[in-house]
Amino acid sequence: MTRVVETAIVNVPIDTLWHWLRDFNSHVEWHPAIATSAIEDDAPSDEVGAVRSFSLQDGGRLREQLLQLDDQARELTYCLLDSPLPLYNYVATIRLRPVTDPAHQGGATFWEWRSTFDPPPERRAELSALVAKDIYRAGMRGLETHIRKGAGAAGATLRVARAQGVSQSDRLDTRPDSATPPRTAAAIAAPASAPGSTAGLAPGPAMGSAILIDRHGGPEVLVQRHVSVAPPGPGEVRIRQTYAGVNFIDIYCRTGYFDLVAPPGIPGMEAVGIVESVGPAVSHLAVGDRVGYACAPPGAYVSLRTMDAALVARLPDALPDERAAAGLLKGMTAGFLLHDVHPVRPGEIVVVHAAAGGAGSLLTQWASALGALVIGTVSTRDKAQAAYANGAREVLIGRGHEFLDGVRDLTDGRGADVIYDAIGRDSFSASLDALAIRGHLVSYGQASGDIGPREIGPLASKSITLSRPNYGHYVFDRTTMQRQSGRLFEALAQGHLTIDAPAVFPLEEAGNAHAAIESGRTQGASVLRL
Amino acid sequence: MPRVYVSSVIHAPAASVWARIRDFNALPEWTPFVAESRIEQGLPSDKIGCIRNFTLKDGGRIREQLLGLSDYDLNCTYAILESPMGVENYIAKLSLTPITDGNRTFAEWQADFDCPPDRERALIEQIGTHVFQNAFNALKSAFGGR
Repeated sequence: MTRVVETAIVNVPIDTLWHWLRDFNSHVEWHPAIATSAIEDDAPSDEVGAVRSFSLQDGGRLREQLLQLDDQARELTYCLLDSPLPLYNYVATIRLRPVTDPAHQGGATFWEWRSTFDPPPERRAELSALVAKDIYRAGMRGLETHIRKGAGAAGATLRVARAQGVSQSDRLDTRPDSATPPRTAAAIAAPASAPGSTAGLAPGPAMGSAILIDRHGGPEVLVQRHVSVAPPGPGEVRIRQTYAGVNFIDIYCRTGYFDLVAPPGIPGMEAVGIVESVGPAVSHLAVGDRVGYACAPPGAYVSLRTMDAALVARLPDALPDERAAAGLLKGMTAGFLLHDVHPVRPGEIVVVHAAAGGAGSLLTQWASALGALVIGTVSTRDKAQAAYANGAREVLIGRGHEFLDGVRDLTDGRGADVIYDAIGRDSFSASLDALAIRGHLVSYGQASGDIGPREIGPLASKSITLSRPNYGHYVFDRTTMQRQSGRLFEALAQGHLTIDAPAVFPLEEAGNAHAAIESGRTQGASVLRL
Repeated sequence: MPRVYVSSVIHAPAASVWARIRDFNALPEWTPFVAESRIEQGLPSDKIGCIRNFTLKDGGRIREQLLGLSDYDLNCTYAILESPMGVENYIAKLSLTPITDGNRTFAEWQADFDCPPDRERALIEQIGTHVFQNAFNALKSAFGGR
């Protein structure tokens, strides 16, 4: 049995440090070796027994289980379940103690990180050094830096008066109260600095280049304008954006089908970029972080944006900007459709309409990786190859009788267990017909038009379940954002799906980007370069 | 039961700090408030159960009994038998832990005791600040720290 102990004094108050450490999934935010991480089965990250599945920057994959968590003793214990390294019987404990000596102004904490494990004898020295230095010491320094960087930036902007923002829709009305730590960002914020001492460093309003919806209508109502962007307030960050994703929901905002953007206003649900400044009470992001978001409120078609930091996630290094902008919204959508709305099980028959489209491509890949047998539909023959490449077992062209016959043939008349349908009006009835008894129709869009009023009585003929999920109910605060983005990044790291390079349009060609998507002739995603 | 907890960082390796404080009879050598000390009945100062009988510079007399001593975990536990402080069931533990980052020492001193409720705050202040932290300050100075 080998023992490793690493101890350090960290210049952070114990409550702040513990706030981060007790979140079993927070290591992805501060440990330099970790690329992606997710808690399995959507368990809370402070639930004893929770398993974190994570990947290292070098590609290695590990699983660890939380065995003990004690808020009183400020101690947690976990073990390794799977690892590329031979660290057999690895059990580790993290323990914190406060440094009460008044000489340590601002608070300091004694941090002990220890473990026992059984290595192969010839690798004992090498593995002990690796655990002590690359995991424990690097992690201790990583978290200290992460907290102090975030807290420092917060202090610097503490006393700035808020200026008028881009648009009122640019900010959430309600502060989400997330359920997993580090949730109470205010509790982590740096203590207030002396009044006026840092005001000179604080950012003020700045200009951004935006696309606005001038009035509801066709692509021609999109106009380019310069807008003033407010400095980040409490709980906010300002992002220098590089790419914004173009989604069908943006078209609904433009036409007025969805009442999300009051003209004149900025559409766009997702973007990526670099954090330019950080408001008070933000501890999980720092200036210079490469980040992305995909959520309400609209307002992403702009080069500089102030966002609720709770809804912003750091991006894994392996995911380039334009692909992240192309895939965050669609990828997280695919994630909750396949895990939360209808948890897909191995062997299920899954139909994905538009299996070569933006969300359809990702659904097809991910459902296949989950072990489902995927039948894709596409509108034209030339899209069929793409659908096959996404992992569809069979691809059917069109959604008429051929589709119905095709599904019946492929399932010996039984029908599909679940159908993911964003076509809407043109496919809805065929989808119901193609379901098996107790099948599940997940209607998550209406690219061909509104479905209109429907009778629910006929659903009883096959005990059909109908879901009409709304993205905003699955991604709306820090917890849900971390859960959905973490699951996506994890799936990307495992190779369960890939986000292809999107079609890139310059900002001023936003109208062309919309027209291309509306025509149905695009394959894959489109983004605007900001 | 009131508890006092004080911790500090000593800028010296734990083995060096332990060598200075391990001797149960050495309070006059490393604390600023003990005038003289002896072990009763001539027992060795590392014999569990031995009693140190010492006089404070302000004249108070205290008898304390050694309950535990670990050269492996670097800690020492003792109880007060007699003192002018007016505490009951007083048990204290002084422990050192190596800080691998920088080869320094994390020192902790904790005491649990009973007392009349109206004296609790004053005793915690007296023991925490004037005894434990005061002794740690002397230890830090002895090893060249601030």
